[in-house]
Amino acid sequence: MRFAEPIADPAAPLARRNPTAKVAAALVVTVALVVSLDPVAPAVALAVELAVLPLFGLRYRALAARFWPLLVAAGGAALTYLVFGQRTGEVLVSAGPWVLTTGMLVSGASLVLRVFALALPGIAVFASTDPTDLADSLVQNAKMPARFALGALAALRLLPLLGNDWEMLRMARRARGVDAGGNPLARLRMFASMTFAMLVHAIRRGTQLATAMDARGFDSGLPRSYAREQPFRAADAALVAGAVALSIVAVAASVATGVFNPVFR
Amino acid sequence: MTGRSSSPVAHVELRGFGWRHAGRRAWALRGVDLRVERGERVLLLGPSGAGKSTLLAALAGLLAADSGEQEGTLTVGGADPRERRHRTGALFQDPQTQLIMARSGDDVAFGLENLGVPREAIWPRVAEVLRLVGFPYGPDRRTDALSGGEQQRLALAGVLAPDPDLLLLDEPTANLDPAGGVLVREAVRAALEAAGATLVLVEHRVAESLPLVDRVVVLEPGGGVMADGPPEAVFAAHGGSLAEAGVWVPGVPIATRRSTVPAGDALLTAEAVGFRHPGAARPALAGVDVSVRAGRALAVTGPNGSGKSTLALILGGLLGPTTGAVHATAALGASLVGRPPHRWRATDLTTRIGSVFQDPEHQFVTSRVRDELALGPQRTGRSPAEVSATVSRLLDSLRLDRLAEANPYTLSGGEQRRLSVATALATAPRVLVLDEPTFGQDRRTWLELVDMLARLRDEGRAVVAVTHDPDVVEALADDRLDLAAAP
Repeated sequence: MRFAEPIADPAAPLARRNPTAKVAAALVVTVALVVSLDPVAPAVALAVELAVLPLFGLRYRALAARFWPLLVAAGGAALTYLVFGQRTGEVLVSAGPWVLTTGMLVSGASLVLRVFALALPGIAVFASTDPTDLADSLVQNAKMPARFALGALAALRLLPLLGNDWEMLRMARRARGVDAGGNPLARLRMFASMTFAMLVHAIRRGTQLATAMDARGFDSGLPRSYAREQPFRAADAALVAGAVALSIVAVAASVATGVFNPVFR
Repeated sequence: MTGRSSSPVAHVELRGFGWRHAGRRAWALRGVDLRVERGERVLLLGPSGAGKSTLLAALAGLLAADSGEQEGTLTVGGADPRERRHRTGALFQDPQTQLIMARSGDDVAFGLENLGVPREAIWPRVAEVLRLVGFPYGPDRRTDALSGGEQQRLALAGVLAPDPDLLLLDEPTANLDPAGGVLVREAVRAALEAAGATLVLVEHRVAESLPLVDRVVVLEPGGGVMADGPPEAVFAAHGGSLAEAGVWVPGVPIATRRSTVPAGDALLTAEAVGFRHPGAARPALAGVDVSVRAGRALAVTGPNGSGKSTLALILGGLLGPTTGAVHATAALGASLVGRPPHRWRATDLTTRIGSVFQDPEHQFVTSRVRDELALGPQRTGRSPAEVSATVSRLLDSLRLDRLAEANPYTLSGGEQRRLSVATALATAPRVLVLDEPTFGQDRRTWLELVDMLARLRDEGRAVVAVTHDPDVVEALADDRLDLAAAP
């Protein structure tokens, strides 16, 4: 589960909050941001999110190092808007076939703001939460079925093995005299056959894991107890309330500035 | 039989028990009559396909009623084993799929949580069983940072935590190096002394397991119980026929097969080869020099994590070393001398260096045994007549003719191993590199494999076998390379 390891300082005030509370807070902000297409609400939300990141025990530099592909993707999407966006508003620059208007600038900017404002809460939650604690908390606090939450958690542990399988399958084929070389059709066929073989392995391993869990009495109908309690305290409720407040302020700001642009009308 | 308990109800009782997995024509197990008293320690033996694992799964209550057809009766403590799973502990072969949680302590706690043990009782019990199995770390140790032997001891702790009265172990040391196997057997012994549970153990390698048991039961494929009693008596009366049937009977000697021809030319030489995974702190393999010669069998040994398998991939031309170099000599391929094997075209590689992987299923590409054998010769441009001659010769010499139309994935472990060796031989490479070729095989398949490797060597090929099976080294190796544990 190395790839999903928390990178945050676990002692930070918001990192210590109940995992279900963190997920709920992130969901609240996300839902508020998808109802409007304007740039103001995400700008407000993003400013607050960036300000509270250190409280989750996250350092900006470490975060940028891990999530730089997101920066690149958002930049690329914004560029597309600036080239092919709808030419509304006033014309700012006109160079041959390319025209830049205020409308294009606004929609490009609001796209970038939205991507980050939507992504950051999720990143903050998963970068500051141990997957085991998350599964435990979802079962204890959100009453998610243990069969689902703990089953998914156990399966997550097996994911890194798939990479190893893939390498082995590729090398084993080469040893048999099978490689695709430059032929794209052969490549596609080899990819399909390796995917199938990898799935066979994954299913077999999953079955063995399920057997081991069964053998240890998982989901045998007895009421489960929990080795680690995940308490839901006043501070956890306050975190969710804070997220609700932020959502209201962000949407109110966009209504007040007159740019509110609901998705459904 | 020891009959140490005279209680009217046997702990485990099977009467004419049989089980057929859904969708299979043959019974995995049939006509088994067996009584095990409380506290007895039974070693369950039998050749491949005798149904040992199926019997263990049945005892563990893991055969769902709708997953097959049952004959006769099986009770544990007088009840259906499915009803008393919480009193039974079962440990299987592969440590990677035995561990459920990311932190060691959580994994031991898992079984206790499932039983609804109150929180304040969980952690003291976790500490107790971790001590019992000799787990060297604290409860926060990540399970993916443990060695195979440590993982298996941790899994044993998890199985022991709910204090089962019936302990079922299915080849718990098969995936471990000898040192790891010793650690796990010590932990099992400590657990049995502490708890007095009934034990049913399945283990291929008998000699090491005998100190743990007081009774041996031998299953016959499709025919119930073949022999039953104290180990000395069973082996004295049936040792010869059991060994014949594929059971590893302790004390039955294995003939050695040293090279009968003088050592030939060097085919491959490795100079200071090492490998470091990108971003890894330590190399997986550090500076090894070795020469692979025609007509010699080289055994590569060393503990888990010493880089044996990595060296096999590098010698097999499948992985490029990050330090040092592998050179092929003119005797192996005059046109390829200047190029390291991992840069060769696949078709050049497979006709010169064959690789047999630890997991045969990684190597299967087609859906029929016959096609699997034809693949290599076809890829390397043999004529249809040559291909079909090669296929029939291999089917015949490796006893696979009966299975020619079968899907490779449906074969037994021993059959898969024979097929994976056969596929490597189909392109007639001069060098054969095998990773744990005898892993998990019964005595019969083991002998066939060793005989075949000896024959290939005596034909003038070079055989490189990565192994932690001391008997392979003893029986086959002309040269030995012992890799040290990672620093």
